[in-house]
Amino acid sequence: MVKYMKIAVGQGSCGIAAGAGKVYKALSEQGLGSVLAKTGCIGMCFLEPIVDIYGDDGQLKRLVKVSEADAEKIARFVKEGDEEAIRSLEISCEDSEFLTKQTRIALRNCGIIDPENIDEYVARGGYSAIEKALDMTPEQVIETIKVSGLAGRGGAGFPTWFKWNAARQSVSDTKYIICNADEGDPGAFMDRAVIESDPHNLIEGMLIGAYAIGAKEAVVYVRAEYPLAIERLTKAIAQAKEKGYLGQNILGKGFSCEMRIKAGAGAFVCGEETALIESLEGQRGMPRLKPPFPAQSGYWNEPSNINNVETFANVAWIITNGGEAFAEMGTENGKGTKVFALTGKVKRGGLVEIPMGKTLRDVIFDIGGGMRSDKAFKAVQLGGPSGGCIPAALIDTVIDYKSLSATGAIMGSGGMVVMDESTCMVGMARFFLDFTTKESCGKCVHCRIGTKRMMEILDRICKGEGKQGDIELLEELCVSIKDGALCGLGQTAPNPVLTTIKYFRNEYEAHIEERKCPAGECVELISYSIDPEKCRGCSLCAKKCPVSAIDGVIKQPHKIDTEKCIKCGNCKAVCKFSAVVCE
Amino acid sequence: MSCCCENKSDLTLLADVLNEYKSVKGSLITILQHAQEIYGYLPEDVLRHIAEQTDIPVAKVLGVATFYTQFRFKPVGKYLIMLCQGTACHVNGSERIAAAIKEELGIEDGQTTDDGLFSIKHVACLGCCSLSPVMMINGDTYGNLTPDKAKQILRELKNEE
Repeated sequence: MVKYMKIAVGQGSCGIAAGAGKVYKALSEQGLGSVLAKTGCIGMCFLEPIVDIYGDDGQLKRLVKVSEADAEKIARFVKEGDEEAIRSLEISCEDSEFLTKQTRIALRNCGIIDPENIDEYVARGGYSAIEKALDMTPEQVIETIKVSGLAGRGGAGFPTWFKWNAARQSVSDTKYIICNADEGDPGAFMDRAVIESDPHNLIEGMLIGAYAIGAKEAVVYVRAEYPLAIERLTKAIAQAKEKGYLGQNILGKGFSCEMRIKAGAGAFVCGEETALIESLEGQRGMPRLKPPFPAQSGYWNEPSNINNVETFANVAWIITNGGEAFAEMGTENGKGTKVFALTGKVKRGGLVEIPMGKTLRDVIFDIGGGMRSDKAFKAVQLGGPSGGCIPAALIDTVIDYKSLSATGAIMGSGGMVVMDESTCMVGMARFFLDFTTKESCGKCVHCRIGTKRMMEILDRICKGEGKQGDIELLEELCVSIKDGALCGLGQTAPNPVLTTIKYFRNEYEAHIEERKCPAGECVELISYSIDPEKCRGCSLCAKKCPVSAIDGVIKQPHKIDTEKCIKCGNCKAVCKFSAVVCE
Repeated sequence: MSCCCENKSDLTLLADVLNEYKSVKGSLITILQHAQEIYGYLPEDVLRHIAEQTDIPVAKVLGVATFYTQFRFKPVGKYLIMLCQGTACHVNGSERIAAAIKEELGIEDGQTTDDGLFSIKHVACLGCCSLSPVMMINGDTYGNLTPDKAKQILRELKNEE
């Protein structure tokens, strides 16, 4: 009989939110002994909680959407080999393609190792890259990164080796290497997954960077909203120190580097590197004028290098496998892989890592399985508040920095939110402007006041109070905000508006000229009615209406009192005969 | 800020934190975070005390504290509802959840119920996008919400009281 070596319960934030903690507890009450283990996030959020059972025959049984009640069945399978007990929980072939179609480098250990156990990271080749790097010269390390073509994964896509080299060239006794883990883009969670699921990979990447630029101090700036990531990284740093991978005279090779965590306090603008430095120094997170660049004068005015989590997560792999191996993947305009957080109206949402050069279609339809409902795909939003919406017609756009920029969107940090025809694009633009208006630090007039004015215009368009010339006014504001803002937040804030005007101008016009929301989302512009032909008079809608706006006799067509109606949509959602019409 | 007549916090609770950080440069945010953990929010007398002890002007302490969304200046209710405003939650109807919460409790973003039981805060992405729309109440995440489900959860919490 097959012996089961390990039963791993995925414990990322979203796994825990879906109930993985309760599943783990229920399993531990089944007397499974030491084989029960925890792991990070495998990235298949749509199937959480997930339990992986590893046999000594090398086979993996992946159980999905597991509940506490299933613990007993799992125990029966592990102890007695009763395959029938878990048959209904096993992942389908279709769903497992979500993973098999990916190429994982930054996420290579996520969901496989226990993030709280350094030995598991080491067993998968961990900390061999820093050992190798310490036998190279810093210049050779930078050269390897140059050959790999690795570019900043935070969104801007700036060549990593260039930043490292600039910091290397700056002369100072004190230099800093800083990790930007202030993942503020609403709808992105790649960095959180890496820190929660494979924190040592980040530490190793940062150490290699520290060695390359000559830094003795490393700081990770993590969002305060990620308590689990902070907890696991704190443990990982302590373990790495204990094993001699971090601290004084690392691996006896004469290189020393200390690492600490700084928790952010909630400000999107701190994702901008100079604002991040201000925040690290205990100030309001407002961007500095560049130059001088952080590589010359950054944290405490010393040379500093700042990279994103995902960028660092690729470094150890590149040192181990060589720059050429990394550069083999991707296109002329983007090397290696990119991680996306695929969410929204897509069937299979989660973390997707693919080589650059794949298309949006590959990610959304091939890996993501297309739309969750029977509604048609409308657009995909990339890059959050700094990015833009790409319409269905451009679904075959290749994923690399240049091709995505050509559409008006950006690669961004990796948020990929899929929308179907029920999403209003004007509403989407308003959503992002609402975000940037709140998050603008207030330093530059164009960003502070310009985004506010744009927000007001979008708001009135959504309320059916749009005026002729509003679209042109928006476009004018977009240009001046882009020109007049000091940092990336302001310079990119107009992107969601520009791209939606570019690809969905007719929707703006429908709002302004016809006072209609084609997607049926803007509450002020829609009304509900009942089609008397289809209504069977079951009165279910009347029962579910929170304001008693629906009246009618049983088995006779019902009617909605539009005066009373609050447009909550409950009636449409419960009607079994599609008799409720929303226009 | 409001009158501080009734504002009498036990400042000794903060002594250890101040001893550890007051002379470490760039630690203001860290001190404020610890203070909020201790008092549940940042009372005015605590902010003044921090300013005095760290030799940072009160105006600057307030400037930093008000810049970041994490810091609160009023006590919060027993249950703090954090309603996710991420893109995925927006696309999947978080506005309807906000409306349902308002219907049930009568409070909007930043407010607390009169009985001091519930506070609601709209927050940036909680990162549980596949469960959207999502809210977190005192650390527990509730996902795949519908207006009815959200109301139900709140009623259950009320009934526990």
